[in-house]
Amino acid sequence: MTEAHMPNWLSLGLVYLAAAVIAVPLARFLGLGSIIGYLGAGIVIGPFGLNLVSDAQAMLHFAEFGVVLMLFLVGLELEPRRLWAMRRPIFGWGSVQLFGSTLLMFGVGVLAGAPWRLALVAALGLAMSSTAIGLAVLAERNLGNTTAGQGVLSVALLQDIAAIPILALVPLLAAGGGLHDDGGPPLWVEAARALGVIAVIVLGGRLLLRPALRWIARSETPEIFTAAALLLVVATAALMLSVGLSMALGAFLAGVLLAESEYRRELETDLEPFKGLLLGLFFIAVGMGIDFNVVMRHPGLIVALVFGFVLLKTIVLWGMARAMPVPLAERPEFVILLAQGGEFGFVVFQTATQGRVIDGEAASVLVAVVTVSMLLTPLLLLAADRWWAAHLRAHRVEPTEHRLDAPQDAPVILAGFGRYGQILARLLFSTGVRVTVLDHDAEQVEAARQFGWRVYYGDATRLDLLRVAGAASAKVLVVAIDDVEQNLALVDLAREHFPQLTIVARARDAPHWTQLHQRGVRWIERETLDAALMSGRSVLQQLGVEPYRARRLALHFRRHSIEQLVTMAPHLGDRARLISISKAGRQQLEQLLAQERDLAQRTRGRLQDGARDDGAPG
Amino acid sequence: MHDILVLLAHPDLEHSRVHAALRTALSQGATGAGARWQLRDLYALYPDYDIDIVAEQAALKAARLVVWLHPVHWYGMPPLLKMWLDQVFAYGWAYGPGGTQLSGKDLWLVVSTGGTEQSYRPDGHNRFFIDAFWPPYEQTAQLAGMRFLPPLVLHGAHHVSASEIEEHVDTVTEHLRRWPDWPEIADLMPCIQGEAPEGERPAPELADAPVTEAQLAEVAR
Repeated sequence: MTEAHMPNWLSLGLVYLAAAVIAVPLARFLGLGSIIGYLGAGIVIGPFGLNLVSDAQAMLHFAEFGVVLMLFLVGLELEPRRLWAMRRPIFGWGSVQLFGSTLLMFGVGVLAGAPWRLALVAALGLAMSSTAIGLAVLAERNLGNTTAGQGVLSVALLQDIAAIPILALVPLLAAGGGLHDDGGPPLWVEAARALGVIAVIVLGGRLLLRPALRWIARSETPEIFTAAALLLVVATAALMLSVGLSMALGAFLAGVLLAESEYRRELETDLEPFKGLLLGLFFIAVGMGIDFNVVMRHPGLIVALVFGFVLLKTIVLWGMARAMPVPLAERPEFVILLAQGGEFGFVVFQTATQGRVIDGEAASVLVAVVTVSMLLTPLLLLAADRWWAAHLRAHRVEPTEHRLDAPQDAPVILAGFGRYGQILARLLFSTGVRVTVLDHDAEQVEAARQFGWRVYYGDATRLDLLRVAGAASAKVLVVAIDDVEQNLALVDLAREHFPQLTIVARARDAPHWTQLHQRGVRWIERETLDAALMSGRSVLQQLGVEPYRARRLALHFRRHSIEQLVTMAPHLGDRARLISISKAGRQQLEQLLAQERDLAQRTRGRLQDGARDDGAPG
Repeated sequence: MHDILVLLAHPDLEHSRVHAALRTALSQGATGAGARWQLRDLYALYPDYDIDIVAEQAALKAARLVVWLHPVHWYGMPPLLKMWLDQVFAYGWAYGPGGTQLSGKDLWLVVSTGGTEQSYRPDGHNRFFIDAFWPPYEQTAQLAGMRFLPPLVLHGAHHVSASEIEEHVDTVTEHLRRWPDWPEIADLMPCIQGEAPEGERPAPELADAPVTEAQLAEVAR
């Protein structure tokens, strides 16, 4: 046997994953942020570094799916109502940015002596910003809910919308290029098809997605739910692509349509890792794609172009930031996150080259310019962090005054909305307490939703989901899950990661109660105890015991039985676990009753000796 | 060493000024080295009115001075304290044959009233001096062999100023610290326990008695 050849996918996976795993922690350790880490890793493994991977373009296309996933997740955060409220910033400020920057760059380009076609294509391509970088940094710095964050999102959304007509129009700029010379369908057919697909997505999203997800969730196979989530995004993207629309825009729409659904958090947590890795891959591909040959041939030109176009965009953005207004402390982020060129620029230049509007060398230079500007963004942010903070301090401006706080999460998280959780939730809701409710039973969630409860579908024993539910800031976690293993798993998870949470737990039976007690939970209720005691009261009453006396008997028995459990808890130790595993609850109960009889026998003896319990004087 | 047991009974501490302040002050003084008293907040301990008689009797046994701290409601004590009294001061334990567990202890009543001092006069709307409402308490103490100390009353609890409340709280804590070294009780005689003759009480099985373990076992079976 000679040297075995590694299959391509294996060696590629090895290179990409190793590069990311080494470069990103290193970059973060140096305080540079993960995006620089990915970009750096790309340069190192790319054709101009170690040359471990050559086909950056193919990788870029694949990794663009990360951007699509990201927009789906952004959409999930944005309920239709909120999106509607944002229509003004999107169409107003978004247009100001896109057309303002394009016109300014076009004017300067023509004045500098460039042919008008080249100047226009360059201006349009460079006016686009990198959604990937912008939104990834927003997430990394938790700026999503700030004015700057909303501004960046608005502009990015308009660019995504505007990209469609821009890409359609760019080929028409070709010298002497007529309409429809490629023999394709007429423009109005294309437009009608595009509108049709959007209608399909909106209607399908409204009417079909939730029942479909419910049906899938009911299969109780977590990986199939994850697959369904991925399929949903892939299918939407494919649908959009088939009519020449932006994949990311379609995914965003699908996300918005699911923002109000009970599966929102589950979808979020399922897709988050895919998005993260694919975005990382995307940045690696961008790093790999920097053509240092072109950079070497025109170093001065590229530096001048990068400097020039970022400066021109900055002028427009700074003006916007003043007029919107974006708070002083957030302005550098707003400007820097939109000032670079973006992945849409690549597509614009590619389309223009294919349409013979600009030549290949010009396209290469422009692509290099965009890439360098993307590479600069994280570095500029770091510089701004230092310089701007110092500037604000020097001018004694309060930096965080106008910052919108992230929405406060409910003080109570309720895991399990079954027969037990529902009663508890209704009590809390009726007293005006805000509760975040999670349940992993799709039918239960759907039923609850029909009655107007805001219940989320999700497995509460997952750490990431708990985090999203606000476990880090909540006060009380109600563990109302009926399954003993799941119930205890959640308690362990919460005690380990969120020690500030007070746990109120539902116990299935005495062994389960003991196990909870041994974990330090102090607010435990056996699910059947109170109902059984109430029925016991009724029986006693029917046998002629006065109601009030029956009540006292029940209450006394309740206290006695709990005391018994507390005193037995430390002695049970491992045996209790064994008992619960072998489900030998019956034996336990018999033991408990025997001990009670024992105690009663001894007490009876003492009572007969002397003192008698009796009525009050008077 | 706790030799004072303070029983606080207020059904609505959230809206209380006087007793909330007393609870805060007394719970601070109830822990740490040299703490003289144990504070038992009855409505917090027994929100379901399910009194742990054994625990309450044990706490009483360890005390030499018992303090009842409550607002006057309908000229008497709040219902949980009355229930506590009915169940804990049991026949054969606190009174009656062999009921000498409380004999020789002191009982001090610290109350507040909504009505002003003027209202507790023959010409006021409460028509009686406040002293007219003590006999049931005094007789309770006497039957259990406890010395009934002069009660401390804060009138007009809804309208007193913050400084008056503070003064009241200081008076209470100061008294607890100094007990039994009070000038007002220097010449009080020890109590001679009153008698409840045997046979005056109904037979046990007919009584609305506290639940016994034996009865519990019946239920359990």
